[in-house]
Amino acid sequence: MSTIEKPATPKPKKPWAATPVDRSKTAGIILAAALISYVLVAVTPLKGKLAYAAVFFLAYLVIDFVVSYLKAGRPAAVDSLFRGLVTTAIAIAVTPIVSILVTVWVRGHKGFHWSLFTKDMHSNSFTDPIGQGGLLHAIIGTFLLVFFAMIISVPIGILTALYLTEIRGRFTRPIEFLVQAMSGVPSIVAGLFIYAAILIPFTKTVNGIQGSLALAILMIPTVARTSQEVLKLIPSDLREAGVALGGTQWRSVALVVVPAARSGLITAMILGVARVAGETAPILLLTGGSGTKNFNAFNGSMGSLPNYVWQAFAAGTPESIARAWAGILVLLVIVVILFTAARVLGNRKVGKK
Amino acid sequence: MTIESEDNQGDEMETTASKGSLSDIAAARLQKQPGSNALGVGLEARGVHAWFGEKHALANVSLDFWPGTVTALIGPSGCGKSTFLRTLNRMHEFIPTAAMAGEVLLNGEDIYAAGVDVTKIRLKVGMVFQKPNPFPSMTIAENVLAGLKLAQLKVENKDDLLEECLERAGLWSEVKDRLNTHGGALSGGQQQRLCIARALAVRPQVLLMDEPCSALDPGSTLRIEETISQLSSSVTIVIVTHNMQQAARVSDYTAFFLSDGGPGQMIEVGSTNEIFSRPKDERTENYVTGRFG
Repeated sequence: MSTIEKPATPKPKKPWAATPVDRSKTAGIILAAALISYVLVAVTPLKGKLAYAAVFFLAYLVIDFVVSYLKAGRPAAVDSLFRGLVTTAIAIAVTPIVSILVTVWVRGHKGFHWSLFTKDMHSNSFTDPIGQGGLLHAIIGTFLLVFFAMIISVPIGILTALYLTEIRGRFTRPIEFLVQAMSGVPSIVAGLFIYAAILIPFTKTVNGIQGSLALAILMIPTVARTSQEVLKLIPSDLREAGVALGGTQWRSVALVVVPAARSGLITAMILGVARVAGETAPILLLTGGSGTKNFNAFNGSMGSLPNYVWQAFAAGTPESIARAWAGILVLLVIVVILFTAARVLGNRKVGKK
Repeated sequence: MTIESEDNQGDEMETTASKGSLSDIAAARLQKQPGSNALGVGLEARGVHAWFGEKHALANVSLDFWPGTVTALIGPSGCGKSTFLRTLNRMHEFIPTAAMAGEVLLNGEDIYAAGVDVTKIRLKVGMVFQKPNPFPSMTIAENVLAGLKLAQLKVENKDDLLEECLERAGLWSEVKDRLNTHGGALSGGQQQRLCIARALAVRPQVLLMDEPCSALDPGSTLRIEETISQLSSSVTIVIVTHNMQQAARVSDYTAFFLSDGGPGQMIEVGSTNEIFSRPKDERTENYVTGRFG
């Protein structure tokens, strides 16, 4: 046994991290930019929040550029200019999303009441005080509509993706083009298609499944394209290995390729659901907006969250508008839950339980 | 057409001023005579050509593989060795623009004849790929037995088969306590041996190996070579390799492929000993002594 003492392990450090001086410089630049924007808006005819933001970002970019130019020369200055531009772009992109979320929360939570989840509107009107009636029927309706849309579109979408990546037949190119084009179809067009193809000639009335069909039309391209991207990531080595072991192409795809892509395919499915959960236009046309719980998608008018929101806004009283915002909040929470689920399932390492 | 590893070998051999070092290894390996350990199977290529679209990649290769022997295919990159290998179990047709001509006889029957069930051919002629490719969604045990599921074969005792295949691939002792964990956690060399075990589980008569060690470290390479030596008594092995010492170590026969800008051709075939010590063709000699390539 050696008696030599082990040298003490040094403490981990980050010599490349920003020093307090660097931090105070950055703070100084931000402060200076804020000051300039305040002064400029005060002394010039510029007005409003937008003016503050615009002047702030411009001033920040200019000061940051000059400071790094003086400190480290032109390349560093250009580098920090681009970093500033990218940050600005991100800020502009995120602002409306955050704004929507905040607005929905601020307005929605006032109309929020637990009875929303236990009652429907069959004996209440939208103008009744909050706490009477609820949107249970709409939640049930939305779930049924989305469920049937999923049942229709997920197999079609995934099989389309399998055709595009595995079979690669003569029609691969045109179908790929069609799928891409279809993801741009306005939802009202999908609604009108079902309206003209099914509602007018056959059913002559509203019901849930028609809405599901229209939603499925919107969902298939999302599911197909996402699945295709996921399947493309599976190395062709695995396909060859499956076939080289004496499997047919079908068995190789079913036993090797699809299981390897499983979590990604689940993500594709959930993204498709999230895409259509809030669709309004086809629902308004095709499913009606009953205020009563309807568990049968094949018969009778069916409420849904988008329809509930639309009707509540149309009623126009403070109570009904509060109800509408609460409906939006519930819908948004459902969509956020779905996206989170997609993220969690998609990030799971292949093979792990 | 320069290959790094071969350059290195060339340097090495010139400095030791001997092609003897290589041929000695080859001589030591050449114990098996053609026909010994015969399994009653044979793989014979007759005038095989291959194309990718308009490109004629391989011209007129005729080559026999004796049962129970190891044959190495050597040659510079782009000379058609891998393409030839893939014509032997009909993996060539996996590439959309591929075409071929000639015959490949397995037990005397052309595998390209009309009406032949291609999946049955691939069961008899298995393949190990350049990069280890265990199926990511399956455990180690499931990987080994994947061929049974893929080809819908029935087996009496799966546990025995599992142990036997892993044993033959030289992996059993390393994984026997974690058969139900996923193959991705294994090292590259272990993954490659897992792929060998997987290929063995459907009991192929011939095993094609496409540069099976090119992605592995020397230690793992050695283990795979040991595995190949052990397997060679029961399975006909065809191995493509860029490593000439490996060819000399593991193979009974060596075929040299070369492309002079046109389609790849087989220049010479013979016992590994002959190819490395007294090749008949000057180009072969230049290649195995490291003067080019």
